[in-house]
Amino acid sequence: MRLRTTAVAGTLLLLTGCGAADMTRQASPFAHARGARTVTLSVQSWVGAQANVAVAQYLLEHELGYRVDTVQIDEVPAWDALSQGRVDAILEDWGHPDQEKRYVDDKKTIARGGALGVTGHIGWYVPTYLVKQHPDITDWKNLNAYASLFRTAESGGKGQLMDGSPSYVTNDKALVDNLKLDYQVVFAGSEAAQITQIRQFAKEKKPFLTYWYAPQWLFEKVPMTEVKLPAHKEGCDADPAKVACAYPRTPLQKYLNADFSKQGGEAAAFLKKFAWTTEDQNEVSLMIADQKLTPQEAAKKWADGHASTWKAWLP
Amino acid sequence: MATATAPTPRAALPGVLRHPVARKLLLLAAAAAVLVPLADAHWSSGTWPKALTVDLTGPLTRTGDWIIDHRDSHPLFLHFLGHISNAVVFCVRAVYLLLLAAGWAGVTAAATALAWRAAGKRLALGTAAAFLACGALGMWVPTMQTLALMAVAVLASVAVGVVLGLAAGLSARLDRVLRPVLDTMQVLPAFAYLLPVVLVFGIGVPAAVLATVVYAAPPMARLTALGLRGADKEVLEAVDSLGATARQRLLTARIPLARRELLLGLNQTIMMALSMAVIASVIGAGGLGDRVYQALASVDVGAALAAGIPIVLLAVVLDRVTAAAGDTTGRTTGTGRGHRAYTAYAVGAAVAVAVAGRLAGRPDWPGSWTVAVAAPVNDAVGWMTGHLYSGVPVIGGTADWAGRFTTWVLDPLRDGLQGLPWWAVLLLVAAVAWPIGTWRTALTAVLALAATGVLGVWEPSLDTLSQVLAAVAVTLVLGFATGVAAARGDRFERLLRPVLDVFQTMPQFVYLIPVVALFGVGRAPAVAAAVVYALPAVVRITAQGLRQVDPAALESARSLGATPAQQLRQVQLPLARPALLLAVNQGVVLVLAVVVIGGLVGGGALGYDAVFGLAQGDLATGLVAGAAIVCLGLMLDRVTQPTERRTKKGA
Repeated sequence: MRLRTTAVAGTLLLLTGCGAADMTRQASPFAHARGARTVTLSVQSWVGAQANVAVAQYLLEHELGYRVDTVQIDEVPAWDALSQGRVDAILEDWGHPDQEKRYVDDKKTIARGGALGVTGHIGWYVPTYLVKQHPDITDWKNLNAYASLFRTAESGGKGQLMDGSPSYVTNDKALVDNLKLDYQVVFAGSEAAQITQIRQFAKEKKPFLTYWYAPQWLFEKVPMTEVKLPAHKEGCDADPAKVACAYPRTPLQKYLNADFSKQGGEAAAFLKKFAWTTEDQNEVSLMIADQKLTPQEAAKKWADGHASTWKAWLP
Repeated sequence: MATATAPTPRAALPGVLRHPVARKLLLLAAAAAVLVPLADAHWSSGTWPKALTVDLTGPLTRTGDWIIDHRDSHPLFLHFLGHISNAVVFCVRAVYLLLLAAGWAGVTAAATALAWRAAGKRLALGTAAAFLACGALGMWVPTMQTLALMAVAVLASVAVGVVLGLAAGLSARLDRVLRPVLDTMQVLPAFAYLLPVVLVFGIGVPAAVLATVVYAAPPMARLTALGLRGADKEVLEAVDSLGATARQRLLTARIPLARRELLLGLNQTIMMALSMAVIASVIGAGGLGDRVYQALASVDVGAALAAGIPIVLLAVVLDRVTAAAGDTTGRTTGTGRGHRAYTAYAVGAAVAVAVAGRLAGRPDWPGSWTVAVAAPVNDAVGWMTGHLYSGVPVIGGTADWAGRFTTWVLDPLRDGLQGLPWWAVLLLVAAVAWPIGTWRTALTAVLALAATGVLGVWEPSLDTLSQVLAAVAVTLVLGFATGVAAARGDRFERLLRPVLDVFQTMPQFVYLIPVVALFGVGRAPAVAAAVVYALPAVVRITAQGLRQVDPAALESARSLGATPAQQLRQVQLPLARPALLLAVNQGVVLVLAVVVIGGLVGGGALGYDAVFGLAQGDLATGLVAGAAIVCLGLMLDRVTQPTERRTKKGA
């Protein structure tokens, strides 16, 4: 036993070498198995991101002969993993200026991969059936009057503003404070939990107010209307504690690992060209999340119908 | 301490004070009478005083930034941590490639042969079926990724555990130092281990493997030490008298004598490594856990289950095979040539199958052989939530229950705890912990809870505590009832056993979405998930404890004409008291582990902070929450410290 351990330890030492070992340049152990060319893509937890990855994966595998690994990582850690080369690409980023400055501009370990073609927007939403009963509910100034409608066991005596995953960009606590709203922010803790709760509310036509974002497939299932917050102006969200304005509209971006961007061959070229529309993304998202197709089946279905779109992405 | 003069009750003391519990409480009251006015005058009552908190946000954020900035340049990373990270990646990759090269046929054959030699024919068949099921569910590659990660983590855990165990087993002083540390590590929720490794190694497989090692090594170390210490004194003396050197004595007598404990340790290490490998998908472990995690993101319980079933199968197979290996080693040693020949056949057969599989050109599991289970499962879940959520006549829907539970149980409990002056909460903990344990456990518990205040998370900690208390209460009521029923009816227990097995090995993630569908978002679903997770252990320990009650005592009670209810209340339950206390302790520890994960479904409090820290890379928030969770775990464990701790965790 001891002999074997010593031998294993010795071999390891020999194999890793005795010099410096830079763990910021280290691929996933599951990559490039058996000589296959592999790409590791980061999937974020929302379905739109799954749709991007599913289609990219399908085309990489079937058109370019790669093997694709996917790993689910939250947004900020994904930047870190990307800079270390543990994933090769993020296909949908909602804007992280701090990370962008650190990794793209300063350390140069991440390269910009161009726009995804989809514009993202975060906001507060109420179900459309509620707007039909109370047309003036879509202005934030009237929210306090309706606070009692949104009361739940979790929100105490106030109205409930449901937030989602802790990984998402949000100013909601500051907004509630600064706009002096009689609301309590309740974090669902994950998008899955939030969606489940929204659908339960919608089935019974109960009122709810939620943090939500577009493009999102759930709008097709539960029609929702945005509540107008004070208009967004450049720089109004600079100080996180003093935010009192709406969220911006963000053109979603792709990012590649810097080395992969240079040496990634066809896969890198393909991912840089990959860009589609909100409708395309929603089509795939709906198939995955609502019709419960596997991401691969959904991607195949979409690819079969949109050959002209994706032919342009091939290198 | 047994030799110390036992405090003989003096005749002058009034009757009440003869009881040790009353004496302890009185002493505590006296101490409180002195300390509370002091504390009150100094810092005021109410919530935890600001003057006593330490803000770690600044230093922790700076540490996190420093690590990210220096990870590719500082010698500590380049010459030490980098090598560890590389070695992990290299090993996992090597095992993974080996498994892929063997192909599905080869891996299945090898696993079956191994199970046959270690545990007999029936388990061999079970193993084969389990591996084929993993393939049939379309999960072959993720299963291999998880296996590769686990193999490396288990080997490393065993190596670390054996070294620590040898140290503790051979040196009494080291034992005294290590034991409380290892005891504590075993009761901490897995979630609390993730953040520190992520801080150093970043997201990915190396961090996942290291977190797994930290989580899974303690049982191996504890049991190794236990085995070495428990070796038969006479045998050792005999060995000594033969003039053996210390090394010979260790290798030829002490280690072989500790074999059973070593194998039990291996069994537990494997089980804990598996559960951690699943949770570690949150930090990029990949494999089966990642599939569960991804499926849950699209609220796809069916797909989550398709990845969850292989985990359960792996767990059951690994558990049974290693447990059986531990039981049979005593008997089969020395069967000699026949034994070896069979082993040779088994190896030969496995290699032949692997080669045949390769020659047939099918190393990957054929895509057409998979069964889709996701759709029917989702339909079933959809029906359940559709019909049970609300509007059920008379009893109301599950959502109404959750609402009432939150309003009538969770809210008063939380507000009550948070409304109490801080010193009153500490006193309460001391008053519960001291009578059950010793002054040492009580002091640890009080200090641990105070530490959450010092860390500046007093309120969220009490919020989490209130959820734990509510969940434990529910778990104990249900668990004791079921346990009593299982102890009385053999058939009921046989029916229950596989259910308990499955529920205990299911990754906690899989519970989260059905509970949201049934109970909505908030603290109630977190509590529900915790109850479901902790229940099997409580049921099992209760049933075991009741069954082990001395039959003679029961018989004499029966002959005195006691009814079954009287037998239970006056004989079985009092005699099974240690087991029941152990059940409480286990229940508390397991409930905390899941209540923390409940941060993912709106449980809020510390769990949310930990998730937030991981998700936002905000290590200051996450690490403080993690430390507070550790403190809470320590406190809850010490408060319910049973007289003798079982070696097994959870099972």
